[in-house]
Amino acid sequence: MSKRRLIPKLQLKTSHYNPSKMVLVTTKQFSDFIEIGDAVSQSKIFQDQGADELIFINIDRVNKGIDILAGIIHNVSAEIFMPITVGGGVQTEQDFRTLLSNGADKISINTIAVNNPDIINNASAKYGAQCVVVSIDYKQEADEKCYVYINNGSTKTKLSPIDWAVECEQRGAGELLLCNIDRDGMRYGLDNEICNAIATQVKIPVITSGGCGLAKHFIDGFKQGQADAVASGTFFAMQDQNFMQTRSQIKNSGINIRVYS
Amino acid sequence: MIGIVDYGMGNLLSVYSAFDYLGANVIICKHPEELSEVGKIVIPGVGAFKDCMELLKKEHFDEALNEQVIKIGKPTIGICLGMQVMAKKSFEGGVYGGLGWFDADVIKLTITDEKKRVPNIGWNEVSHTSNPLFEGVPENTDFYFVHSYFVNCHDSSDVIATYPYDIPVTASILKNNIFATQFHPEKSQDFGLKILDNFISWNP
Repeated sequence: MSKRRLIPKLQLKTSHYNPSKMVLVTTKQFSDFIEIGDAVSQSKIFQDQGADELIFINIDRVNKGIDILAGIIHNVSAEIFMPITVGGGVQTEQDFRTLLSNGADKISINTIAVNNPDIINNASAKYGAQCVVVSIDYKQEADEKCYVYINNGSTKTKLSPIDWAVECEQRGAGELLLCNIDRDGMRYGLDNEICNAIATQVKIPVITSGGCGLAKHFIDGFKQGQADAVASGTFFAMQDQNFMQTRSQIKNSGINIRVYS
Repeated sequence: MIGIVDYGMGNLLSVYSAFDYLGANVIICKHPEELSEVGKIVIPGVGAFKDCMELLKKEHFDEALNEQVIKIGKPTIGICLGMQVMAKKSFEGGVYGGLGWFDADVIKLTITDEKKRVPNIGWNEVSHTSNPLFEGVPENTDFYFVHSYFVNCHDSSDVIATYPYDIPVTASILKNNIFATQFHPEKSQDFGLKILDNFISWNP
């Protein structure tokens, strides 16, 4: 298989201090927003540190127009020469085209995939499976079962993340991006159980996220979770911990990962 | 001047930005006649083979490309799907004819190892022959791939780079003035840019 990947997840939201600007934020359990910087300059740092890809998600509930997101990606892609996945507010196949023509390589869909699953089939046929990333946010409930949530984690669905992941693959998704909402930003480790269950049932690559606080958590995600990639927002934003250090620790544990030079 | 073929598919902006970043004089060619005004040609592409060929034909890019690349011999690079359309035919979703510049078929990546995945997305170590386009690129450098199909050359001398998957997969092909990569140099950070820089100064 390709080398395992380390992916910063960059979440965009309107700045509290400057409502005309979208900034990067970290979250805890999909709320408690903390502003951490500018999309372009932060991306350049991640590029210089040898991140394997970047994921941009617009999590703003008001400014969720595709044109706003496309404008930011346009600026990023003029200076970033690495794969970029973009999502948040994608509603139509035309939105795919808009984001792709502004420098995105892969498009992440979440709410619309649940509400109108045919968009997976159609976008996959039109733009290629590799372009369609289905983002699956989920929570474990009191009955100990996990359910998929949409609308930035605010709306519960009846779907089980495992069944939904399998359906997404059958419909033509090229990659899955998992996030356990309860672990988001909490830094106590990934949900390796659900990730493993999904990664062993589908053939497409699985990106796991939500909970990284130590380099060990990435290693666990690769080894126990069998993830192809681990994405993290808070981990790379909130501490003096960079890619080179984390990558070395992962490499030393025996995982096949790129060592940037 | 370098011209990027715009037939309506793919992430042209990234390819454009990469050449622009390297200081090349680059334009996006929306019409086939514009190809006669450029010195080098880039065929990008992401998506399905059939759609790509249909669009190339619909816009009459196929005739212009044969003229400029084969007859006149302008240095040309194909990227990803832009490489695959250079083959004789593809088996993606049926059987479709390509530009036929390489004696090759485009076939699905097959896997016997259950841990391997299709599409193959990510960084893979590329082994290459000594050639001007890989100059300054160390052996086994990682490049970024996203694909489910690959170009299976019948003439092995066309293959200048491979990466190991279940079998060695074609990463790059070269014949006369035509060069192509399955990986995305514009997405492969420093060494990807190095390859594009080599293409800019290439005189086949």
